[in-house]
Amino acid sequence: MAIRTFVLLVLFLSSMNLSFSLYEDQVGLMDWHQKYIGKVKHAVFHTQKAGRKRVVVSTEHNVIASLDLRHGDIYWRHVLGADDAIDGIDITLGKYVITLSSGGSILRAWNLPDGQLVWESVLKGSKPSKTMLIVPTSFRVDKENLILAFAEGCLHAVSSVDGEIIWRKDFAAESLDVQQVIQAPGEETIHVLGYLESFQFHAYQINSRKGDEIKHVTVDFPGGFSGDTLLVSGDVLVALDATRSILLTIFFQDGEINFRKTQISSLVDDSHGVVEILPSKLADMFALKTNKFLVLARVTDGGKVELVEKIKEAAALSDAISLSESQQAFALVRHENEKLHFVVKPVHDWNMDLLKEAIKIDNHRGRVHKVFINNYIRTDRSHGFRALIVMEDHSLSLIQQGEMVWCREDGLASVIDVTTSELPVEKDGVSVSKVEQNLFEWLKGHILKLKGTLMLASPEDVAAIQKMRLKSSEKSKMTRDHNGFRKLLIVLTGAGKVFALHTGDGRIVWSLLLQSLRKSEKCDYPTGLRIYPWQVPHHHALDENPSVLVVGRCGPSDDAPGLLSFIDAYTGQELNYLVPVHSVVQVIPLPFTDSTEQRLHLLVDANQRAHLYPRSPEALSIFRPEISNIYWYSVEADNGIIRGHVSKGSCSYNEEDEYCFDPKDLWSVVLPAESEKIVAMGTRKINEVVHTQAKVIADQDVMYKYISRNLLFLATTAPKGSGEIGSATPEESWLVVYLIDTITGRILHRMTHQGSQAPVRAVFSENWVVYHYFNLRAHRYEMSVVEIYDQSRADNKDVLKLVVGKHNLTSPVSSYSRPEVIAKSQSYFFTHSVKAITVTSTAKGITSKQLLIGTIGDQVLALDKRYLDPRRTINPTQAEKEEGIIPLTDSLPIIPQSYVTHALKVEGLRGIVTVPAKLESTTLVFTYGVDLFFTRLAPSRTYDSLTEDFSYALLLLTIAALIVAIFVTWIWSERKELQEKWR
Amino acid sequence: MAPNARSRPLLFALSASFFFLILSVGAAVSSGSADGFTINGRVRIPGAGVRTFGLMGKISDAKVILNGGKKITFLRPDGYFSFHNISAGTHLIEVASIGYFFSPVRVDVSARNPGKVQAALTENRRILNELVLEPLREEQYYEIREPFSLMSLVKSPMGLMVGFMLVVVFLMPKLVENMDPEEMRRAQEEMRNQGVPSLSNLLPGAARSN
Repeated sequence: MAIRTFVLLVLFLSSMNLSFSLYEDQVGLMDWHQKYIGKVKHAVFHTQKAGRKRVVVSTEHNVIASLDLRHGDIYWRHVLGADDAIDGIDITLGKYVITLSSGGSILRAWNLPDGQLVWESVLKGSKPSKTMLIVPTSFRVDKENLILAFAEGCLHAVSSVDGEIIWRKDFAAESLDVQQVIQAPGEETIHVLGYLESFQFHAYQINSRKGDEIKHVTVDFPGGFSGDTLLVSGDVLVALDATRSILLTIFFQDGEINFRKTQISSLVDDSHGVVEILPSKLADMFALKTNKFLVLARVTDGGKVELVEKIKEAAALSDAISLSESQQAFALVRHENEKLHFVVKPVHDWNMDLLKEAIKIDNHRGRVHKVFINNYIRTDRSHGFRALIVMEDHSLSLIQQGEMVWCREDGLASVIDVTTSELPVEKDGVSVSKVEQNLFEWLKGHILKLKGTLMLASPEDVAAIQKMRLKSSEKSKMTRDHNGFRKLLIVLTGAGKVFALHTGDGRIVWSLLLQSLRKSEKCDYPTGLRIYPWQVPHHHALDENPSVLVVGRCGPSDDAPGLLSFIDAYTGQELNYLVPVHSVVQVIPLPFTDSTEQRLHLLVDANQRAHLYPRSPEALSIFRPEISNIYWYSVEADNGIIRGHVSKGSCSYNEEDEYCFDPKDLWSVVLPAESEKIVAMGTRKINEVVHTQAKVIADQDVMYKYISRNLLFLATTAPKGSGEIGSATPEESWLVVYLIDTITGRILHRMTHQGSQAPVRAVFSENWVVYHYFNLRAHRYEMSVVEIYDQSRADNKDVLKLVVGKHNLTSPVSSYSRPEVIAKSQSYFFTHSVKAITVTSTAKGITSKQLLIGTIGDQVLALDKRYLDPRRTINPTQAEKEEGIIPLTDSLPIIPQSYVTHALKVEGLRGIVTVPAKLESTTLVFTYGVDLFFTRLAPSRTYDSLTEDFSYALLLLTIAALIVAIFVTWIWSERKELQEKWR
Repeated sequence: MAPNARSRPLLFALSASFFFLILSVGAAVSSGSADGFTINGRVRIPGAGVRTFGLMGKISDAKVILNGGKKITFLRPDGYFSFHNISAGTHLIEVASIGYFFSPVRVDVSARNPGKVQAALTENRRILNELVLEPLREEQYYEIREPFSLMSLVKSPMGLMVGFMLVVVFLMPKLVENMDPEEMRRAQEEMRNQGVPSLSNLLPGAARSN
């Protein structure tokens, strides 16, 4: 009975808290949020006026942002849609930021101070083409101030005040490949230059007010053109011929076109390989890139091309900026020996340096990719320069007066994969917390807190309390804590840089630009794929540092050679790397470790051969006996085939490689291609812990969860239903979900949702799977849950059988035993589109689970799993209510307080990762996208520890009060007894 | 929120289609063109212009999302937005703005009669005559910290301890006083006989009494 009351009490307590909730003053206590923008593509400075100096940037993550030039903070930022890549940005009228995006089809103007959208215009054309955005530099505010946007084969003149399209001229009809659109400052005519079928050069002159054609000249060039052109000055263009061995200088003065050919070999003696014209606008100069050199050349007045300089090292060039009427300058930046060499030279005199600086810089930034310069007038009337530098690791930094003013780690906007590592154990005498040592300080802090609770605190006290809470040195210490809240988050980014972030405050502990993930001869286009914990020392190998494994591949296709890199998780050093190796399509961490606690991994290549790592005889001796128990599966999503494999024996193609194993096909599931297309898959997390298989239900009955690590959730839709919403009718789309055992290929459950379509997002945990899809009939999103139970164990409830011994509790669980299973399912409406979905995970799996849903609004919603329980009914019985079953509703509730991200947005959300803390009630949540967000969640409240805001002072006060009361009563009672005796 | 709409979807479907018949003429917010249609609409946040935004998102940060992220657009200062090059069919528009809860909107773009658009909120199946989207409610992301009250202090475990203590100290003697003196004496004698330790016995230094 007592147990029952206790259970009831627990249920009562937990049912009070179906949502995660936070007080406003708790923001930042256990969460942190970092804003990024991604790798910068274009930058426009806005420094003319006094006041706030800013730079407007657009990035490869389709972000447009206005940054503070002084500190690098974001004034405002907009993340455009995934297909809305930014082609060009500029500032017009001194107050609007103009962006051209979506392949030139959308032109938008944003208010410079606050980022408000001012107008939006759609530019329509007929065929995709080069895009250009030309904004005249004029400060007159009138309708005459036209923006020229060339997109989709059409030239549009758009009013910069309201976005109205004044005129448009179509060049696509003449199938002209337009290369340049030029409007000289203050002139009325626009030059449009391009080629027709790459051997006829056309030059148009167009009236900028009306769009009329003034003049049209063509010249044939039999050698043909290739690649891009570059405008050298107002009337000179350089291009390459089809063989890329002759440089063409094209003059188009006064409606006449003249060519001049220059052999590239006359400029550079030994030019081999592909020659490219770099897009830096250098004014009278241009830059060529050969395989060895960066060649700077100048076009003289006579039209001759002369060599200015050959630069051997990789360097980045900025566009030229004009300092005065006659003087123009550009910057040349390269990274060498931990120094950033920043040189500004005037265009007309190569031998002179306007500025030459060497700035110390961290070596893990790689090469300089882009430079944008801006000048200012110093107090002594000389020219000063500042440069915005984009490095290979996607970081953005500002350099001014010989030092780095700020640096943004924008590589963190492109997180690919995340893993965690424990921090080192705290040793005696090393970094003991200073806060606890000083009892007085500690007590003072708590008295302050108490004052806060009793609302006696003055505003200064409140500020002090908040500061104390946020700056708690406890949470950012570099050692392991008792609760397991402090960890290292090791993230792999798109730039090939690995960062270790501290979970306490999100600071970067170390970062490493992986040598193996940089472009080299062996590996053309290296990309990182996944990151795995490689060595997690505990027990006998505690002295070793943990390490992580980074898996990548050299190219976009599946069968490109792979690369492996091993990194020390404490020091951030690359221990070893293997480039290139066999292709990698799947990585299977095995449940075995060797004597140094290195986990055995099986890497499956494109031919389904398995390769064992680490390559040591010891690993092989551990693996050999288990070889027949290692199963895996492969999915050919395009053909709709799922195959099961087992390793057979050493590879036949290379007998000497004893770490390679040939596969044997066990089973295959072939889906009908005309009616089913795979859209989503899901498996359980490898490291998930399940507390118990039994589930006690209301009427003292037990259900046994079917818990198998080898279950695969598969969702397919009709081919028509795999596209975007609105492209299919309810009749022609359906969604089929499967639960497949990956050992035997047995389909445990199959269910069809008529009139539903992709996108499908699914999460698999324990014995259930939750998936989100679109219901076309109701035109709403739905979420369904499927729970799977083992019926073969249901007989064990019979006590008599248990006594007699006729139970199967001791029989091993095997996929081959074909247990009888039942699946229960239920569906609910869900309001939002979903970007990512995951589930909380705790150390022992006892705590109830919450689903973490990344919504389209870039927020993360925590939804209790009890809302997705197939046993929900409209009117639950009393017993079911006691069990915690919520009455059935048609849609899932969205409780604002249960947004994990509270009032923040994780812009461009891509993934959510949960990591168990050591404390059973708590799970760590890391959300990544363009932004990063980390927090700590307790799905059933922190039942196993006191909360942050527990008032120790109040406890002490209470104890003191009780002791006083005891003595007072004692004295009273003494006195009373004395009186009694006298009576 | 529709109460258990699942149980009676037929009714809703019927009434919805009935409304569509009546209102389909009035809701013209789309214009056709050669390559696709345009959906024009407006987001109106009541009081957004007046209130100073502390927690609430700014209107410039609000996003309008078509078909689960296929297209994203932003609001102009007057709250208007438009999607261009939209194919005929049924689409879903969502508004993402921190601090407000918007219902997704189902928008039907008809190919046969260009310029005709039908819109309905998917959350409560309300038909929109014009594509003017208003938040269903404001979202409060934080628990409100209740102002300090004696009750909250009393309700805390420590408060309960102190409270119980006070009850014992002050009310028990009162109860004892109200008892019949004879009865009390009898009770006390009984206690003495049984040797039940009184409070004073438990206290240090009190052993000598009795």
